[in-house]
Amino acid sequence: MNLGLYMAQRLSAMVMVPLVFGHLGVMIYAIQGGLTTAEILERTMGSLWWFLFYGCFVVAVSIHSAIGMRVIVHEVLKLRGLALELVMWAFGISILFLGARAVMAVTML
Amino acid sequence: MYFHNPLKNDRCAVSEEDILEVSVWRGTGDTGEYETFQVPARESQTVLDVVTWIQQQIDPSLSYRYACRVGMCGSCAMMVNGEPRWTCRTHVKKVTRDGALQIGPLRNLPTIKDLAADMDPFFDKWIAAGGVHTPSRSRAEPIAEVSPEDPGRVEANKGIECINCSVCYAACDTVANTPDYLGPAALQRAWTLYNDSKVEDRQAVLDAVSKNNGCHNCHTQGSCTQYCPNELDPLSAIAGLKRASAKSFLFKSKEDRQ
Ligand code: SF4
Ligand code: SF4
Ligand code: FES
Repeated sequence: MNLGLYMAQRLSAMVMVPLVFGHLGVMIYAIQGGLTTAEILERTMGSLWWFLFYGCFVVAVSIHSAIGMRVIVHEVLKLRGLALELVMWAFGISILFLGARAVMAVTML
Repeated sequence: MYFHNPLKNDRCAVSEEDILEVSVWRGTGDTGEYETFQVPARESQTVLDVVTWIQQQIDPSLSYRYACRVGMCGSCAMMVNGEPRWTCRTHVKKVTRDGALQIGPLRNLPTIKDLAADMDPFFDKWIAAGGVHTPSRSRAEPIAEVSPEDPGRVEANKGIECINCSVCYAACDTVANTPDYLGPAALQRAWTLYNDSKVEDRQAVLDAVSKNNGCHNCHTQGSCTQYCPNELDPLSAIAGLKRASAKSFLFKSKEDRQ
């Protein structure tokens, strides 16, 4: 891991900290208030704020987990060079794709 | 597996309980096996004494390395019952398990023969980590004064008693899993240079340790600090390098920290 990857992983972690707490708070609130799926979607659909909140979350998670995955794959499977970079990018892009689909599904009209 | 009679060559009479079962790695390069020797136990005896006894009394072909025998030269490190130790200052009594000792060449380095590890990769990494001193003044100029209280000097002093024994390097799991990783000793050396105001280009030291094989691979588990026989703290030195490199990344400062 070089300095660029190290910084990307640390900075994405810093972004994730408040978002994780926000996400936990939202879940507790939604369950305690007994919100139905329809009521939740009513609040999130078309909301720029929820789009930005979970959009940032998904981007940060994709970056953070892909770099973490790169380390594990390198140390455990001894993968290196181009193959290692490809695994990192493929993993990050997959998470980003899946997350972005979910965010769009609940926030876009 | 061979057994030798220690009584044959040893003048002191020893009873059954006074025998140590010592298995010693024998072999060249990647191949070899443990060979068991019986060595008389002494009241006060180091692991290096045991190895020397075997070499002098039983098998002169046993290869190992040492020089000072007082913990200064850093050449006698070996794996003792699976843990890296400076053998000249490791008491047998403190490390035997049920009267048995297993002694092997240092982990994470190629073996030349028997207990002698090839130290080349270890020292190559010192150079790769920017460990060569590049002075800021020529010999014609007056010597730069450095106050012992200077914070950089205080920080550098914590790491300069390294004896290059490679015990920390052998203890590091990240070196084991990422063989290119520069390792704790070389990085600690880089940290002492980074804090040395007499070094010309301290950013160059940071750049050298910020590549793919550099300080950011460290998992901060601290085996290096745990095992360093000189009670140095490479773990904190590496943390310092991480902080300094992160700062230089964020603020793009090409200047020294002063
Ligand atoms: S703290 Fe870092 S350098 Fe020290 S043993 Fe662990 S990974 Fe290796
Ligand atoms: S830091 Fe300690 S264990 Fe590592 S080489 Fe130096 S003296 Fe040996
Ligand atoms: S022989 Fe010099 S440190 Fe052990």
